[in-house]
Amino acid sequence: MVKQRPDGRRSPPAPAVGTASVLAPRMGSFAYHALCAAVFVFLVAPILVIIPLSFNAEPYFTFTEGMLRLDPDAYSLRWYREIIDNEAWTGSLVNSLVIGVSATVVATVLGTLAALGLASPGVPARRVIMGILISPMVTPVIISAAGMFFFYSNLGLGQTHLGIILAHATLGVPFVVVTVTATLAAFDRNLTRAAASLGAGPWTTFRRVQLPLIAPGVISGALFAFAVSFDEVVVVLFMGGVEQRTIPRQMWSGIREQISPAILAVATFLIVFAALLLVAVAWLRRRAPG
Amino acid sequence: MGGGPGRRGRLRGAMRVPREQLRALGLVAPLLIFIGVTFIAALATMLMRSVHDPVVADALPETVALLRGWDGERLPAEAVYETAARELSRAGEERTIGQVAGRVNRVQGGLRSVFTRTARDLEDEAPDPAAATGTPWRDALIALDTAWADPATWHAIRTTGERFTSRNYLNAVDMDRLPDGTIARQPEERRIYLRLFWRTLLVSGAITILCLLLGYPIAHLIARAPPRRAALLLVLVLVPFWTSLLVRTTSWIVLLQTQGVINDILVAIGLVSDDGRLAMIYSMTGTLIAMTHVLLPFMVLPLYSVMRGIPPQHMSAAASLGATPLQAFLRVYWPQSLPGVGAGALLVFILSIGFYITPALVGGSDGQLISNMIAYHMQTSLNWGLAGALGGILLVGVLALYMVYDRLVGVERMGLH
Repeated sequence: MVKQRPDGRRSPPAPAVGTASVLAPRMGSFAYHALCAAVFVFLVAPILVIIPLSFNAEPYFTFTEGMLRLDPDAYSLRWYREIIDNEAWTGSLVNSLVIGVSATVVATVLGTLAALGLASPGVPARRVIMGILISPMVTPVIISAAGMFFFYSNLGLGQTHLGIILAHATLGVPFVVVTVTATLAAFDRNLTRAAASLGAGPWTTFRRVQLPLIAPGVISGALFAFAVSFDEVVVVLFMGGVEQRTIPRQMWSGIREQISPAILAVATFLIVFAALLLVAVAWLRRRAPG
Repeated sequence: MGGGPGRRGRLRGAMRVPREQLRALGLVAPLLIFIGVTFIAALATMLMRSVHDPVVADALPETVALLRGWDGERLPAEAVYETAARELSRAGEERTIGQVAGRVNRVQGGLRSVFTRTARDLEDEAPDPAAATGTPWRDALIALDTAWADPATWHAIRTTGERFTSRNYLNAVDMDRLPDGTIARQPEERRIYLRLFWRTLLVSGAITILCLLLGYPIAHLIARAPPRRAALLLVLVLVPFWTSLLVRTTSWIVLLQTQGVINDILVAIGLVSDDGRLAMIYSMTGTLIAMTHVLLPFMVLPLYSVMRGIPPQHMSAAASLGATPLQAFLRVYWPQSLPGVGAGALLVFILSIGFYITPALVGGSDGQLISNMIAYHMQTSLNWGLAGALGGILLVGVLALYMVYDRLVGVERMGLH
């Protein structure tokens, strides 16, 4: 109950901004804004509710009376301590970072090169190639994971870090291709021609002219790819062993087996992380050309 | 569509700078090869598994060959029994009998134990009980287990003995091949997959409609808001979009479970009694609520990008020409927003039919979708052929929908930002 009030207040106090022209009468406008406010609450409240609950001093998943009274004793950092002391969680963070960073490097390098190639004029069968490169993004992950499980096991890459890195790179690379392609669409090709006419070779042109301009797109593509890997659980479920437990995998078993508020502490950490990613990508987009 | 200008462009490019074209292909090639190996080949392996299963054919080759000449109704000839006894005993020694037993058990329930037990007994009574006592192999095997007097057992060996089989696809649509070779529907109690496909489509449709109902008003609000407020409201849509799927699913467990936040609120305000707490999770309701939440941003973002392009003057023009707000909306605004509606609805629908994680965690037993069945066959029943067939059917459906999406919107422009 306490939770709802601050969110409810976010609803604009109905200053009809020309919007209401759709539903002109007062009543309609009020209903419309109330509905919108409710939808925003529906979108955000479930995520926000996790954060205070992660400081619960009791092993419950709901607000205790003490928390509602804002009694400091009802709040504690015990779940955060539990995570930090638990090797399963710290180990999974290391795994997630190792796998995520490696997969991101592979996806970003290959994806950027491919986007550069696809952007140059006269690429044959551009549409077909694009379709193939994007296919890992559009295939339901359960199917990708099943196929990769069979294929990578045959290659002896089942239950290895390498196998999961390759799989995550594959799932993340379409996001790099899409983001860099979008950036390149706004790129003025005359700049590379100008560089060439001034005597720069292709590599110099790329490094000194093109790359600095498309860098924001490349970095946001990389962030997307990292986010994909950092949140991926199905491939890890199918292909990973105990040695490859990542944070999402650890959360998965936490939710299914012994749900404890420690999960809420991890979730809070992931929410903060998501917010940072969001800010980073928004900032990069403003710096992108066009 | 668009093939003409595309082809012309390609020709022009090829004539002007073939070097540049080669360079472009050289840039694309590494990723193309990478995806080809790590992804396309992986999918091909899965599809191969759905039609190819050599386990029984490898373990009982001669038996399978002899059964080709069997009429399927009377008991097979003595020679078949003799060969089967020899090959079963060998499969027992080579420890492949477990896999064989698992395969035939899928065709005829109960055969798993028959096969493992028979193989063990034959091993124990080695080398050749029938030759010693003079009894035919047929009687010896039937004495070990009466299942060997049932033509269905032999039918199971014959069917699973096909290296290449359509059985998994038949089973995936609740059909099977009868002993006489005709294809028929499964018995009532074994028809589960078509119903599950159908349920997946219905649930996805329901989620799409829910997302549209919730997403349309807020997309409209954001598109009409002044820039600063629009940016702020957009963040409210993007935060869930970027937040881990597992976190969002956890949130709904915390909110919806019987001792959860929403039930506590309902009890506190007296809407629900303490022992009348609502069961909102671990059921279809849980799947619907949580998936709508997860997929709503995918509806809002394409809607928003289309609505931003609709000039607000259109609505005032309609009003000044005497249209009521409802008329103006239905005849002026709605038609112009349709591309966004189509893109958002298609995207949400496509993502729904392949959804796995959320139903698995909050769906209980009646909120499971086809992906969860694929995971079940991958991890629990270990019927990988059937998992491959179900996955193959799902894959074809999803890819077909994506081609529609590509035509309408362009697959590069998925509501990512």
